Amino acid sequence: MAEVLLEVNHLRTEFKKRKGKVTAIDDVSFHIDKGEIVGLVGESGCGKSVTSLSIMRLLRDTPGEITNGTVLLGGKNLLELSDKEMHAFQGKQMAMIFQEPMTSLNPVMRVKDQIVEAIRLHLDMDQAQALQHTEKMLTQVGIPDVQQVMNSYPHQLSGGMSQRVMIAMAMSCYPELLIADEPTTALDVTIQAQILDLMRELNQKNGMSILLITHDLGVVAEMCSRVIVMYAGRIVEQADVETLFAHPRNPYTQGLLASLPRLGQHVDMLPSIPGTVPDLANMPAGCKFAPRCKYAMDICTKEEPKLVDMEKPGCKCRCWLVEQQMKGEGKA
Amino acid sequence: MSEPLVVVKDLVKTFVSSKGLLSPKKYVHAVTDVSFTIHPKETFALVGESGCGKSTTGRLVTRLLHPDAGQVIFDGTDITNYTVNQMRPLRSNMQMVFQDPYGSLNPRIKIEDLVAEPLKIHTNLSAEERRKVVYELLEVVGLRAEHANRYPHEFSGGQRQRIGIARALSVRPKLIVADEPVSALDVSIQAQVLNLLKELQQKYELTYLFISHDLSVVEMIADKIGVMYLGKLVESAPKEELYSNPLHPYTKALLSAVPIPDPTHKRNRIILKGDLPSPVNPPSGCMFHTRCPNCTEQCKVEKPALREVSKDHFVACPYV
Repeated sequence: MAEVLLEVNHLRTEFKKRKGKVTAIDDVSFHIDKGEIVGLVGESGCGKSVTSLSIMRLLRDTPGEITNGTVLLGGKNLLELSDKEMHAFQGKQMAMIFQEPMTSLNPVMRVKDQIVEAIRLHLDMDQAQALQHTEKMLTQVGIPDVQQVMNSYPHQLSGGMSQRVMIAMAMSCYPELLIADEPTTALDVTIQAQILDLMRELNQKNGMSILLITHDLGVVAEMCSRVIVMYAGRIVEQADVETLFAHPRNPYTQGLLASLPRLGQHVDMLPSIPGTVPDLANMPAGCKFAPRCKYAMDICTKEEPKLVDMEKPGCKCRCWLVEQQMKGEGKA
Repeated sequence: MSEPLVVVKDLVKTFVSSKGLLSPKKYVHAVTDVSFTIHPKETFALVGESGCGKSTTGRLVTRLLHPDAGQVIFDGTDITNYTVNQMRPLRSNMQMVFQDPYGSLNPRIKIEDLVAEPLKIHTNLSAEERRKVVYELLEVVGLRAEHANRYPHEFSGGQRQRIGIARALSVRPKLIVADEPVSALDVSIQAQVLNLLKELQQKYELTYLFISHDLSVVEMIADKIGVMYLGKLVESAPKEELYSNPLHPYTKALLSAVPIPDPTHKRNRIILKGDLPSPVNPPSGCMFHTRCPNCTEQCKVEKPALREVSKDHFVACPYV
């Protein structure tokens, strides 16, 4: 049995607005084992980034507030830590990389100074050691001309190169958990292939766990062992990658997978999900997907289904229809 | 075979970029010697990574930009050197749909007026007749007539893209240049918009020049595909041919880099080394030689020409 690294229980984050509050995510529960790559997928506004920011406790400068749940990293509840204690965790035990490498690096600092700063904050090293360590990290992420990159400013680097620098910086303190929020979305496909390859290699070599947040199901299929699907702030399905792609249970997951254009599959029309994602401030009662769901029943519009365990261990689904099917099978 | 609607011959476009008054001028080689033909009712897709010149090519075809050299022939007329005034009557035959549905609609104008604007310019319809056409168009693209009185911010990304499409359709163009029309949309919405584009093509006998970076999207919509790299067309072929028999090493790498949403799919990925060179300072010889896995000494000096290897299949690489 693998050791659990991160455990998130019933997490709820709300955002204050002029008129009341909106719930961005609710009842989000999942775990990540040591050395595992878990994918978190969903469309824009489904709450995947809010989930990651909540775990990292990076919501302080936003109107967002965590109002329920626990986040356990190695058994310690991060939500109970003081800011100072949390600072020691951020960057050291867990690090994060973002979609836009260009805007996440400080534009007026040389690359080496940014990385050295992070290293000296967390590891007991002097300037010379930290510089040496920086050089090692940059070499490890496959940067060809390390000396030149170290002395560059972020604007002098290409998108792929800055993402490598971000990864080197995130990796520099050997975190146990890397949260990667759409790390390759801003990059071209050939560069994306390079970065994904690098992340996989670092995972295998250092045993670092990765929470990979993406909207691209192709990336998930290639990288992850388990997948969590979110819709309108809720986890709607959770399964190992083979099961999810072969036998999706939730109607939303089914629709999402069907609507993907795929290489080598000649289709005239794509099956699409009608309608659009609901507005956070104006959520439907009951199941959040019910207005777009072709199987919607009476109960779906009234009561929200729970995330229940499926027959296969580790698989979960939030859907009244699936729940009823399970019960029916159980009786028969 | 019908007469081609668009013929592009050896198109060249260079932009001047200079950082300051005294610093030497730099030239960005955006498009170099691009040639292709699009037949009526056909979808020709241009694919490539950012900065490869696909959008510039789209703008040259619609003559929003003036080419430095080469020829653009639209519907049998050479429009390469047409002035803005000469182009205006032709504009009703060529319309564009843009990537950013948030940026391409004026936020202070109602949908009705946005969609009616091209009609005002290109037709003599009365206000009442224009309104009727607008309502019809909104229905055609899957919106409702009551949406006509709203402003763009009241719509989601997918709906705005539908408005952009309605606007382009309003003057019944022959050619629509769609520049990354679904890249900003979520997967489930992307499928809706792609289906709509296909339906409209059949209904109105449209010809598309479809610009995209996404090879899986292109496979669904295109008939013919041109692959661009650093301003050059490196390969062009009918869709089935290109996907089943890619010949240029860049096309092969690009195809192998697309993530496949199937965990049981195993394949040998070609990972390209290094970054895209800058179009300010393009490599000598073959543009792709700095990243090509099969690069030879000859590639570094000699510019490969686009040649036909089988029917309609053109490749710019001497080793295939």
